[in-house]
Amino acid sequence: MYFDSVAAALVMDGHGPYVWSAYGITLTVIALLVLLPIVSKRRLLRELRGEHRRNRQSESRSSVELS
Amino acid sequence: MWTFFHKLGSPPWLYGIAGSILRWLLPIAVVALSVGVVWGLLYTSPDFRQGNSYRIIYIHVPASVVALAGYYVMAIAGAVSLIWKMKMADIAMLAAAPVGAALTFVALLTGSIWGKPTWGTWWVWDARITSMLILLFLYLGVMALYEAYDNKAAAARACAILALVGTVNIPIIYKSVDWWYSLHQPASIKFTGESTIDPSMLYPLLLCIVSFYLLFTCVLLANMRVEILRRERKTGWVRRLVGES
Repeated sequence: MYFDSVAAALVMDGHGPYVWSAYGITLTVIALLVLLPIVSKRRLLRELRGEHRRNRQSESRSSVELS
Repeated sequence: MWTFFHKLGSPPWLYGIAGSILRWLLPIAVVALSVGVVWGLLYTSPDFRQGNSYRIIYIHVPASVVALAGYYVMAIAGAVSLIWKMKMADIAMLAAAPVGAALTFVALLTGSIWGKPTWGTWWVWDARITSMLILLFLYLGVMALYEAYDNKAAAARACAILALVGTVNIPIIYKSVDWWYSLHQPASIKFTGESTIDPSMLYPLLLCIVSFYLLFTCVLLANMRVEILRRERKTGWVRRLVGES
């Protein structure tokens, strides 16, 4: 490591707040970019599964009525 | 070759292949980014003129480069969607817009944070920065335009046209640091001629650029998969997929 200690790495000769906040924001945005499609896919699949189940139930109900 | 294009237009094929690419590409991208960021943050020496603030380069440059590359993806997908009416091309165009917008935002914000200790100001109306701000508005414009129409086919056409018109901004961004001499420094990495960056800084930077490209690809594919599912929800293959899962 270039820095002598963790404290020195955090301070970075006074540039620490700039550097760390820039990295923090960037990594947060990247994490959101990666997580959002995963969350929305899961939500969509849950919704579709519900639809699927309802369709199947109404199908079986109508076949019972027919018989 | 033609069968490949036919497959590209097929939603279930694209959904499946994107999923299997994501399964190995996303871990690689995350590992590459982690290594690049730790390397740049902690294992490189400071710049002799800018000190430690220069470490922002390892995220600022990759975000900017990929924000521009994302625009190519969006505009080319837009052109394909206009010319061949390929639905999967619309999906690619719309999947690229939020990723591009987020990366342009990151580029502007990290640039601003870098500017404060280096130039003494958070913001200047310099040609490079202003043209990047226009890039952000173009991305947001495409996203807003799509939402504004009820007829989604017309919306995709309008977005494609906006994306294509917006490409005039791209050479301005590239050339801005050479055409207008201002606070923003010219490019340090050149494909032709000698790069003006030390190899010890160049390697982690290149790794970060590659990992941003990989992450862009992953998020693009993931966004496309969600949109494919949403649009194809009534079709047999999605029903089978949902029934199985």
